[in-house]
Amino acid sequence: MLAAGAITLALGMATQQPAHAEDKPYQVQDGKVDRGTYNGYRRYGNACERCHGQDGAGSSFAPNLTESLKRLSHEQFMEVVINGRQNVTSSQQSVMPPFGQVEDVVLYIEDIYAYLKARSDGAIGPGRPQRMAN
Amino acid sequence: MFRKIAVSAAALGLCISGASANEELLRLQRDPNQWVMPTGNYANHRYSELNQITRDNVAQLRPSWSFSTGVLRGHEGGPLVLGDMMYIHTPFPNKVFALDLKEPGKIVWRYEPSQDPSVIAVMCCDTVNRGVSYGDGKIILAQADAKVVALDAKTGKVAWSVTNGDPGKGETMTAAPMVFGDKVLVGISGGEFGVRGHVTAYNLKDGSMAWRAYSVGPDNEILFDPQKTTSLGKPVGPNSSLQSWEGDQWKIGGGTTWGWFSYDPELNLVYYGSGNPGTWNPAQRPGDNKWSMTIFARDATTGQAKWVYQMTPHDEWDYDGVNEMILSDINVRGRPVKALVHFDRNGFGYTLNRETGELLVAEKFDPVVNWATKVDMQTGRPEVVKEFSTRQGGEDTNTQNICPAALGTKDQQPAAFSPRTSHFYVPTNHVCMDYEPFRVSYTAGQPYVGATLSMFPPKGAQHMGNFIAWDASEGKILWSKPERFSVWSGALATAGDIVFYGTLEGYLKAVDVRDGKELFSYRTPSGIIGNVNTYTHNGKQYIAVLSGVGGWAGIGMAAGLQGDTEGLGAAGAYRSLANYTQLGGVLTVFALPN
Ligand code: HEC
Repeated sequence: MLAAGAITLALGMATQQPAHAEDKPYQVQDGKVDRGTYNGYRRYGNACERCHGQDGAGSSFAPNLTESLKRLSHEQFMEVVINGRQNVTSSQQSVMPPFGQVEDVVLYIEDIYAYLKARSDGAIGPGRPQRMAN
Repeated sequence: MFRKIAVSAAALGLCISGASANEELLRLQRDPNQWVMPTGNYANHRYSELNQITRDNVAQLRPSWSFSTGVLRGHEGGPLVLGDMMYIHTPFPNKVFALDLKEPGKIVWRYEPSQDPSVIAVMCCDTVNRGVSYGDGKIILAQADAKVVALDAKTGKVAWSVTNGDPGKGETMTAAPMVFGDKVLVGISGGEFGVRGHVTAYNLKDGSMAWRAYSVGPDNEILFDPQKTTSLGKPVGPNSSLQSWEGDQWKIGGGTTWGWFSYDPELNLVYYGSGNPGTWNPAQRPGDNKWSMTIFARDATTGQAKWVYQMTPHDEWDYDGVNEMILSDINVRGRPVKALVHFDRNGFGYTLNRETGELLVAEKFDPVVNWATKVDMQTGRPEVVKEFSTRQGGEDTNTQNICPAALGTKDQQPAAFSPRTSHFYVPTNHVCMDYEPFRVSYTAGQPYVGATLSMFPPKGAQHMGNFIAWDASEGKILWSKPERFSVWSGALATAGDIVFYGTLEGYLKAVDVRDGKELFSYRTPSGIIGNVNTYTHNGKQYIAVLSGVGGWAGIGMAAGLQGDTEGLGAAGAYRSLANYTQLGGVLTVFALPN
C-alpha cells in the first residue's frame, strides 16, 4: 500500500505539479471555475465530505481543509491523502484513511487539490461552484 | 445486584427460575422504575409511567450527578438502568461502563475492546453507537468492527463474541441490538460502502446464529415466501427483489439495517426498516431496488418475512427507511387498530396495520417536504415531483432545493409515544438540499456514494429543526416548536404530561404535551445527540441523558452553515454550531430538589 502510494505520488508529481510554485492549480473567471476544479468539488463530495464537511470547512472530528491548505504544501497534501494518517489515543480517535489505492481519488487528486486550494485562497465561496463554458 | 428485580418478580408471582429471557424482559420492560432496553419498551414508545416530575414542578429540575466518558466523538443512544446498575456506552472505541447507582458514578466494571482504528475510516458519519442491550444476565454490545460481544452484566467478563461482518468491506455496526425471546437481533451498517444489508438473530446463550435475513437478493436469502410474504396485502411473488435490479447489482445493493428494532410478543413479529440502495447515483441502478427503503415485519422465531412495504422505491435522495417503528394501539380514523407508526427520512409519517401491513395513513410531517406531492394509497408509491427528481434531472445535473435533505425530515433519533394522549412527539430536521448524482466505481471497503450534496435551511426559514406533536390517526401536526438546529436527540414522554428532548447546542428541554410550551431547559456540557431516559432509585425519579456532539449532525451542521451564502436569505441567521458547543461525552442525571 505504501509503496503503491509512493509510486502514484511520484507519477502525480511528474505529470501534474505546476511548473512554478506561484501558479494557481485552479482558474476562476467571473466566479466560474475550470473543469478540473469543478470535478474536484464533486470528487471531494464523494470521498472527503463525509468527514471534512461541506465546502471543506471541517466537522466535529476532521480538520477544516480550507485552513489546512494555507499551511500544507502541495507535496504534504499529496502525502497525507495517499498514505493517510492516524492519531489515536484513549481520548482521541482521529483517522485519515489512506487513499493511495482508491481510483476515484487517485485519478482526480489534482482536481481535489485545486478545488480545496481555491476554497482556501478564498477564490471561490462555499456551495457548488459554477462551471466555465469550456 | 439484581435483588430489587428479584423482589418485584416475586411480588408479581412469577417463577424466576423457570422464566426464560423472554419472560424476564417482557416483565422488566413494563417496570417504569428501570429502563431495560434502549427503546424503553418493545413497542419503542420511549414513554414512562413515572409522574413525580410533572408540568408543574419540572422547572425545578436540577443536575444531580454527572459522569465523563472520556471519549470525544458523537454520543448517540442512552443509558440502561437495571436495579442498582446503570450501563452506558461510548462511540469508538465502544467502551461500556457499569455504574453503581448507590454511589452515583462509581464504576463497577468497565469494558474496552481493542479494535483496529482503520475501522474508523469506514464509518460513514462519525463513529457513533446507539447503545447496549440487556438479556439473560448479559449486556450485548454491537462493536464498530462488526463484532457482537456479550458481557456478564455483573462483572463485565466476555461471555461470547461473534463476528457479524467484515469492516474490510465497509461493514460496521452502529445500531443497538434488541433482545427478544432467547435471541438477540442485530443489524449492519455501511450504506455508503455498497454493503448488502441484513439482520441476524444470535442465540443469547452462546452467540450461535439462529437466522439471518438479507434486505436484497434471492428469496432464500431474504427469507421471503413468494406466496405468504405480502406487500400491501398481495403476495410478493417469486424473486421480488432480484427482478427489481439490473443484473448482479443487488450484490452491492445496500438496504443496510442501522436503525431501531421493535417487537410485538403477541404477534411474534419483529419490525425494522432498511436503508438506501447501493450508490446515491440512481442512474447507476435502474429499477425499484427492492427491498431497500422498506419496512419489514418478520417472524421472530424463523426470520421469515410476513409483510413488507417499500416507502421510497428507486431512491434518488438517500432517504433511508431505518427510523424506528412505533407499535401503538390507537384509533385510526375512528377505528381501533394495532398500528405501526413510522416517521421516515423521506418526510412522510406512515401509519400501517402492523398485523397485515395495510397502509392507513401517509402524510407529510413537515410542510416543506416537496419531492413528492403525496403517497398513492392504492399502490403505496410516492408521487414524485419531476423538478425534484435527481433521476430525471440526470447524472451531472444539480437538482436544487429538494426538501428534505438527505439527513431526512427525521433521522434515527427516536420519537416518543404517550398512551395518555395517543400522540407522538417527534424530533425533526428542517433542512433542504441540492443533489448532484455522478458515476462512481465500486471498490470493496471504499465509499460508494456518487452524489454531491449541499444542505441548507428551507427558503426563508430562520431555523433548522422542529420538535413536533403528531396525530397518527389523521396524519396531522398538532403543534410544532422551532429549534435553531436539527433536533438530533431521542425524545422521552412521561405520565407527568411532559416530553423531554435535547438540542445540538446542548440544552435538555422539557415541554408541555398540550402545546409544546417550554417548561424547563438546562445547558449540558456538549450538544445532545443522545436519547433521554428516566428511572427511579430509592423511590426518586431521575432523568438521564448523554451529551457529546457529533454524528451526521456534527458533519452536516458543525461547519457547513457558517458564513452566509447567496440564496440562503436571512443573512447571518445561521452561525456555526461550533460557536455554541464543543465535543465531549458526558452523562448528566437530573432530579427534583429534595
Ligand atoms: C474517515 C474520515 C476522513 C475521510 C473520509 C477523509 N479524511 Fe482527511 N482527515 C481526517 C482526519 C481525522 C484528519 C486529521 C488526522 C490527524 O489528526 O492527524 C484528516 C486530515 C487530512 C489532511 C491533513 C490536514 C492537516 O491540517 O494536516 C488532509 C490534507 C486531508 N485530510 C485531506 C483529505 C481528502 C482530500 C480527503 C478525500 C479524498 C479526505 N481527507 C478524506 C479524516 C478523513
